[in-house]
Amino acid sequence: MNIVHSAPLVQPIAGLADTLRSALGGQVVEIVEAYDEISVTVARESVADVLTVLRDRFDYQQLMEIAGVDYPDRAERFEVCYHLLSVTRNHRIRVKVTTDEDNAVPTVTHLWPVAGWLEREVFDMYGVLFAGNTDLRRILTDYGFRGHPQRKDFPLTGYVELRYSEEAKRVVYEPVKLAQDFRTFDFMSPWEGAQYILPGDEKAQAAPPAAPPPPPPPVAAAKVEEVKAAPAATPTAKKAAKPKAAPKRKAAAAAKPAITAEAPKPKAPRARKPAKDSGGDA
Amino acid sequence: MSDYIEKLDHVTDAEDPTLGDTEIQNYTINFGPQHPAAHGVLRLVMELDGEIVERCDPHVGLLHRGTEKLIEYKTYLQALPYFDRLDYCSPLAQEHSYVLAIEKLLNLEVPIRAQYLRVFFAELTRICNHMLNLGSHVMDVGAMTPNLWMFEIREDCLNFFERASGARMHAAWYRPGGVHQDVPLKLLTDIADWLDTRLPRLFEDAISLVADNRIFKQRNVDIAVVSKEDALKWGFSGPMIRGSGIPWDLRKSQPYDVYDRMEFDVPVGTRFDCYDRFMVRVEEVRQSARIMKQCLSEMPEGPIASFDRKVVPPKRGEMKQSMEALIHHFKLYTEGFHVPAGEVYVATESPKGEFGVYLVSDGSNKPYRCKIRPTAFSHLQAMDFMLKGHMLADTTAVLGAMDIVFGECDR
Repeated sequence: MNIVHSAPLVQPIAGLADTLRSALGGQVVEIVEAYDEISVTVARESVADVLTVLRDRFDYQQLMEIAGVDYPDRAERFEVCYHLLSVTRNHRIRVKVTTDEDNAVPTVTHLWPVAGWLEREVFDMYGVLFAGNTDLRRILTDYGFRGHPQRKDFPLTGYVELRYSEEAKRVVYEPVKLAQDFRTFDFMSPWEGAQYILPGDEKAQAAPPAAPPPPPPPVAAAKVEEVKAAPAATPTAKKAAKPKAAPKRKAAAAAKPAITAEAPKPKAPRARKPAKDSGGDA
Repeated sequence: MSDYIEKLDHVTDAEDPTLGDTEIQNYTINFGPQHPAAHGVLRLVMELDGEIVERCDPHVGLLHRGTEKLIEYKTYLQALPYFDRLDYCSPLAQEHSYVLAIEKLLNLEVPIRAQYLRVFFAELTRICNHMLNLGSHVMDVGAMTPNLWMFEIREDCLNFFERASGARMHAAWYRPGGVHQDVPLKLLTDIADWLDTRLPRLFEDAISLVADNRIFKQRNVDIAVVSKEDALKWGFSGPMIRGSGIPWDLRKSQPYDVYDRMEFDVPVGTRFDCYDRFMVRVEEVRQSARIMKQCLSEMPEGPIASFDRKVVPPKRGEMKQSMEALIHHFKLYTEGFHVPAGEVYVATESPKGEFGVYLVSDGSNKPYRCKIRPTAFSHLQAMDFMLKGHMLADTTAVLGAMDIVFGECDR
């Protein structure tokens, strides 16, 4: 592919993947070269050894970042990505290991002291454990926080909110209360491979119900609807239900002609309560 | 008290006039989170032996807002303004990393004028950021006047940002594929005048007050010396690594946009202390001005954003004439553009150091993961190592020379 973007230019080193494969041997799981970047997936137990080799033999002097990524569908759901930088060869490399909640990743704090906080952050955000890190405390979240917020199953809004309580004279924690639902819009098109059932589609699969509820008719159309619906699947039930509702509605309309003229007519299924209420008022 | 003095008399004699240290205990103090020299909400738990710092444990995260989590729930374009709010002293420099990461995934070409504009304003951001940092550094160690003068320059910069983008601080002006809108010619000529007259006068005056000042040197020279090896080990970048004598600048070594066409020097420190870090930033301001002048003389006319209508929305005028433009506009501002699956790590030279964005895309219109590599995180971690054995009063000098902003550190 012809490169036209203007992102930072890191010259790829030809044959680096093969050199790494022969140098690291069986510790390498996979080497991917994409977007002019090279990422090496290695076995979890050997990550410290691999990084030692990369630092001492391949001159990647600096550990710039440790990033966690969560893939809940995978058997080992977490990926821990180490981003190394060589200031002498002017090159970057990414080393990845996979892990889950229970299996600890060997620490690299003895190679780079900077790894201390970076590992703490991955632990805080994902709950990935680092064996050998002597200071694995939470770092970014609140004192006494529970959960690991960057996991994909952690809700965006969290579980608790805090406020200053005038009675308790201190900040109190309460379960999170939202004034409105979280607005998330799904832009995945069914033509582009949405794998889930769209809202309403489940009706097509389910067995047809005995009495499909008629669409809510306006009051004026109720009588016509009744006639039409009469020869439907369960006429006895319909007849028992319908005449009860209809006369009441008529009575309400008759009692308050002025209001019905202005207000939009209530629809049939919802009409029961308003009809009763307005009748009571009159 | 008299008991205590008697006791001390007891352990002191003429041959060995030192006091028995066993009597004195270390004590722990909190520096911050509400301390004017803590540059925001830093809490340092310090263990002191008298006035000597024995151990220093920075507690960060008091400004954690879950930016990375929020970005996962926004489209690529909606996530852009979050980057302004990370390091709120150099907003455009961080957008730069983010838009370059998206462009790398899309392999999107940016028109040359847009690249010049981005470099031009990234350097203006650098000046703006250094004005705040240099000013607050000298204020932390006791000088008042330079800070006020440098805030004059900063005010000018913010006015320029406002004229370019409409916002003084949170510009949100860079876009994947270019910049949001072109700048008026008058703005460029005004900045050119400013670079020639006002900036050098104010800046050199302010620096002349402190650069050779005896008190300022006493507070900074030989404070927190970091060797080259340590700078590499602790993940330093930007002025911190250059202050430690390593000529490493991403604008030179891994050029992005039109930095490969720019001529500028990379200053490095010689004694690796706080004074060097200060002077590296001072020189960077002059070099930034030099880059900006080159941009002004070379910047061509032309479009300021890519014409790829699957990424860059059309302008409103076009939208009112063309049905296709209307559809593109609607789709890009509701659904947003889709980015091919893949992962990139893009780092640029922000005023504070290497600001990286590790962007993982799953092919949808939202980032699957956007890990932000802040500069302050690794610098602040070295606080304990840099401060050990120094006096309590040196804390502010070390912190000032680190240039830490908590919006970015805590994300």
